[in-house]
Amino acid sequence: MAGISRDDVANLARLARIDMTPAELDHLASELGVILNAVARVQEVAGQNVPPTSHPLPLQNVYRKDEVVPSLTPEAALSAAPASEAQRFKVPKILGEEA
Amino acid sequence: MSLKYEDVIAKYEPVLGLEVHVELGTASKMFCGCNTIFGAEPNTQTCPVCLGLPGALPVVNEKAIEYTIMIGLALNCSIAPFSRFARKNYFYPDMPKNFQTSQYDEPICVNGFLDVEIDSNEGIKKFRVEVERVHMEEDTGKSLHVGGATGRIHGADYSLLDYNRAGIPLVEIVTKIVPGTGKYAPEVARAYVAELRDILRSLNVSDVKMEQGSLRCDANVSLRLIGSDVLGTRSETKNVNSLRSVERAVRGEMIRHAELLNKGERVVQETRHFQEDTGLTRSGRSKEQAEDYRYFPEPDLVPIVPDATWIETMRAALPEKPSIHRKRLQEAWAVPDKEMASMINADVLEIVEATVILGADPTKARGWWLGEIARIANEKEVAATDLPITPKDVAEIVALVATGDLTDKLARQVIEAVIAGEGRPSEVIEKRGIKVVSDDGALMAAIKKAISTQPDVAEKVRGGNVPAAGALIGAVMKETKGQADAAKVRELLLKHLGQ
Ligand SMILES: [Zn+2]
Repeated sequence: MAGISRDDVANLARLARIDMTPAELDHLASELGVILNAVARVQEVAGQNVPPTSHPLPLQNVYRKDEVVPSLTPEAALSAAPASEAQRFKVPKILGEEA
Repeated sequence: MSLKYEDVIAKYEPVLGLEVHVELGTASKMFCGCNTIFGAEPNTQTCPVCLGLPGALPVVNEKAIEYTIMIGLALNCSIAPFSRFARKNYFYPDMPKNFQTSQYDEPICVNGFLDVEIDSNEGIKKFRVEVERVHMEEDTGKSLHVGGATGRIHGADYSLLDYNRAGIPLVEIVTKIVPGTGKYAPEVARAYVAELRDILRSLNVSDVKMEQGSLRCDANVSLRLIGSDVLGTRSETKNVNSLRSVERAVRGEMIRHAELLNKGERVVQETRHFQEDTGLTRSGRSKEQAEDYRYFPEPDLVPIVPDATWIETMRAALPEKPSIHRKRLQEAWAVPDKEMASMINADVLEIVEATVILGADPTKARGWWLGEIARIANEKEVAATDLPITPKDVAEIVALVATGDLTDKLARQVIEAVIAGEGRPSEVIEKRGIKVVSDDGALMAAIKKAISTQPDVAEKVRGGNVPAAGALIGAVMKETKGQADAAKVRELLLKHLGQ
């Protein structure tokens, strides 16, 4: 059974830096559990002789040549950033909670 | 007072594992066409794909696959007939996508090995390092931590990200644990990274510059009591960016672990960062807490099924192995084993070869790189190859000594000046007015002066004691400030004294 525990959700929330209330954790754990179980049911349909796949199309070896194409301008690249400084993306301090 | 290395190895057996990351030298990134130039202005080499913007579709760089397969073949690996990319999910701003595209349980190359040699006081020792896997992934962006202690994560107020490096093709080469190295673990680690670097360089798949981070080593070290088969807890040291540091990091971690174990404390499984200045490691983020990668196959990239003929074409085109190349050089240059080992150990073989290619005599080239230049490098605590003196400079100096335009002593002055940034050898000679005194008149004047101050020595030489002439020659060299050709002085002096 797939399932996801409340602890799993709490841990993922912590890693993703999403602050969640105990009520939200309870709610999400059960909701995500339902989703995972629904997906898990699909696996029951596949017989022993059906290998797991990651792609619906029978494609392989799709490559591009090693050629440089123009990049975005730094202005364009940074235009959607919530904050920037010195032509760089500005983000809250990292791992501060473990310092 | 820290524990002595001898005490560590008397009690414990080190278990070594190495992970090397190498940035491939492709023109464009792994999954997009952005440029890969090192040191470009921040965020000038990014696009929707490497910034992870919604709707962007990555496509694999064929050259990167080719390079990775070449690496696998050179490391005696099997090439997987089918492999896939996977998403390694993590929440850290060095990847704007919130995941790194990597390979998980289906790496492209598996089960290889690399033989390395170390020069010990018990002679040359050989070790086989088994390679578990070679897989493809992409490099991460560069963080600049602002505030607090400069450059460090802890205590920073915020971080600034440059994604130029994010998405540059990266190959990770992971060894199996290397057992049986005993006290040589630090040297084996270094020799492995050096040999791997030489192979990658010979394949021309990366510029393998450790100081620029295009070749990076993580060293995993644990200790177990000698005779026990219970593995100890390992630490993973990152940020090891020179061959010398690889050796120091392994030795340092062995000592640190032994100190903890001797006190009855436990080694924490964690990532540590090597500190170049102290040679010690500092605790990084705690792994158990941070890791939950939830790998899954990358749905945007299709599987890699390399054509067997393509693989065989690459195998056939592999360049000469560095170990074979070294043997050939050793024969061509007629170098004894010990001298060859010294060059490898000092990491000057390649630069000596480059100097010889430019016309220098192998023995002379080796002499300068292992002698005067190595001495200065040692003094400055850098690698000889990192000093601002080139094979071309050394070849020029060797040529000037050969023609008699420089004496060995003057050549040393020129080398020092070149390294001090006074210019190329010809410029230094010009600016400093360095010139061999070969004018017989000037030399004879100095010789006569030497004889008059040491008449007793001159008498001995006249009497047939030729070796005594050394003192007089020395005086002449001093008088001419080393600018005289010693052989010429000797010839003139002995003739003058009737010998
Ligand atoms: Zn890009």
